[in-house]
Amino acid sequence: MAEETLEKRRGFLVGSIAAMMGTISAALGLPALGYLLVPGREKKKSDWIEAADLSKLMVNQPEQIIFNRVRRDGWKLVTEKAAAWVVKTGEQQVVAFSPVCTHLGCAVSWNSGDKTFACPCHTSSFSPDGKVIAGPAPRPLDRFDVRVDGIKVMLGDVKKSAEG
Amino acid sequence: MINSVLDCVEDRTGAVSGVKHFLYEDIPASSGWHQVLGSVAMFCFLVQVVTGILLALNYAPTPPDAHASLRFILTELTSGRLIRGLHHWGASMMIVVVGMHLLQTFLWGAYKKPREATWMLGVILLLLTLGFGLTGYLLPWDNRAYWGTVVTTQITAKAPIAGPYILRLMGSEDGNIGVQTFARFYGAHVLLLPPLMMMLIGLHVFLVRKHGVAPAPVETEPKKKFFPGQVFKDTVAIFIMFSILFALATMVRVPLGKIADPTDTTYIPRPEWYFLFLFQLLKFFEGPLEIIGSMVLPGVAVGLLFATPFIDRGAAIKLRQRTFAIGIVLFAGIGWASLTFAAMRSTPHKEPYQSFTAEEVAAVGSFRQGQCWQCHGVTPGDMKAGPNLADIAVHEERDALVAHFQKNAGNRGLKDLQFRQLATFMRKLDDESVVAIASTPINVVSGAQLYMKNNCGVCHSINSAGGKSGPPLNGVAKRRDRTWLEGHFGDPQKFSPGSMMPAYKFERADMDSMLAYMETLKD
Repeated sequence: MAEETLEKRRGFLVGSIAAMMGTISAALGLPALGYLLVPGREKKKSDWIEAADLSKLMVNQPEQIIFNRVRRDGWKLVTEKAAAWVVKTGEQQVVAFSPVCTHLGCAVSWNSGDKTFACPCHTSSFSPDGKVIAGPAPRPLDRFDVRVDGIKVMLGDVKKSAEG
Repeated sequence: MINSVLDCVEDRTGAVSGVKHFLYEDIPASSGWHQVLGSVAMFCFLVQVVTGILLALNYAPTPPDAHASLRFILTELTSGRLIRGLHHWGASMMIVVVGMHLLQTFLWGAYKKPREATWMLGVILLLLTLGFGLTGYLLPWDNRAYWGTVVTTQITAKAPIAGPYILRLMGSEDGNIGVQTFARFYGAHVLLLPPLMMMLIGLHVFLVRKHGVAPAPVETEPKKKFFPGQVFKDTVAIFIMFSILFALATMVRVPLGKIADPTDTTYIPRPEWYFLFLFQLLKFFEGPLEIIGSMVLPGVAVGLLFATPFIDRGAAIKLRQRTFAIGIVLFAGIGWASLTFAAMRSTPHKEPYQSFTAEEVAAVGSFRQGQCWQCHGVTPGDMKAGPNLADIAVHEERDALVAHFQKNAGNRGLKDLQFRQLATFMRKLDDESVVAIASTPINVVSGAQLYMKNNCGVCHSINSAGGKSGPPLNGVAKRRDRTWLEGHFGDPQKFSPGSMMPAYKFERADMDSMLAYMETLKD
């Protein structure tokens, strides 16, 4: 009898210790997960940036444009250089590709010989309209939002291209 | 299944018997609730380690980014306020618990032979805990942090002979605090002190185990096991402590003040509450005697603490018969409490709006007149349709904000200029100024609006903002009485001959508001 109550008491003590420690761990752990995994509240759309002069672009001749843009980087607003491959596809039509290879993020460059965008890292290559021709790249090159205003070519955010 | 895994681990590492050895330690039958404080103190440290690491993962330890990144943690990140609150209040909690642990050990005479070394290590751990508080105080890089640390470094700089070297050690050449001092404090706070603390806690616990938990003077019953009885008591105490800490962190907001400004002459520096008694002590010693308050007395106190086991070498006796020890505790407690109380009473209170420019106080009026409060809460936890301004930072461009105001409050009698001033105010909003939206008295706001309407700021300045051709208005209401001020508005040349100020005939109510506003302007 006495041994049974002793056993019961022991069970109660061990159970309580586990419950209290569990509660404390959850009260620290769950906020920590939210803190580390949920992105910051502030979402800023990029402003339209005047990047190129339409009259100086040749049709179907990709041109690398370097421009400055403002980006929110954590607690900072940083002004940084950015690049785009701008292709004039018609009289008033322009597309702008992000120079970032969709495979592992190396910078792609225009190869005027065989008229492809080539990635130096794992030999992915893309056609002038951004589609994958060869190599491990999983999807076409990403495109900037483009607005043509008279002869001004304005670039906005980069939109992720669809798979395949 | 579980047993075979445990056996496997045991055979290869001995971990199972190690844990058992630790849990099934023999402790005196008299052990109980009065001995839980060591475990609670250790747990406090653990909470500081966890929350400290979390903060460091989103913190840039260089001024002025330190302030910007902490603001980011508080306003942009999920649970950021909670984690910072836990770390801030956890520091105070740890001081309290470590203090209680010291008190218990002292009163029960648990420092006596052979536990002298355990006691002395404990005193070092107390000093390290204070060191954490001292170095961590600078890290938010707001005015509070900056000016508090300026005072600390200046005090140590006055030490004889060593002073300049200590100052150099703290990365400060001439008493100024900059990136170097910041790096030293941060480095000490996260790289030097934590491993030191962990090693010494390990040693402290080792010595406790070596000598066993201090028994009562007379033990009649046989020894008992540490687990589960005493572990349960420790856990309950830890749980209570953590619940209080969690409640403090969620309910009492720790404001992040304005970014450190070495040119701000209006800021009143105060140290954290556990250093207030030292701050007050300094006031009793002036000139060459200052060193007595800043070095000699604290030094003697620490020395006495260290030497306690060698001063009191008597055999252990019952708590009730330790009248001398109880007397010392009462004396020290009353001394500490009255110094702290005196320091708190001497801290002048300043409402947030009292450091605003007139334009900013008037912007509070625009916020109210525009009824922005219908959609936006301005106190923590006030849920309304729009974002709560106490919880976020406003990033929108000024033009976008003005457009927002025109759309939602365009028909409430506010002019474009007022909208633009409100937008500027909103973009500068911080934890301290957001409080002012609710707390600034109505007549003070009206006074500031009147000040703006009459362009008083073209000639006069308030809190260093405004024109230079007239006298600054801070402190004028203290130096002149009401009749003089009222008369001066009506006929300036009569009261100050040669003044170029035009006369203002205010209505009664306007005059009252203007004077009420002027009375809040401190030197």
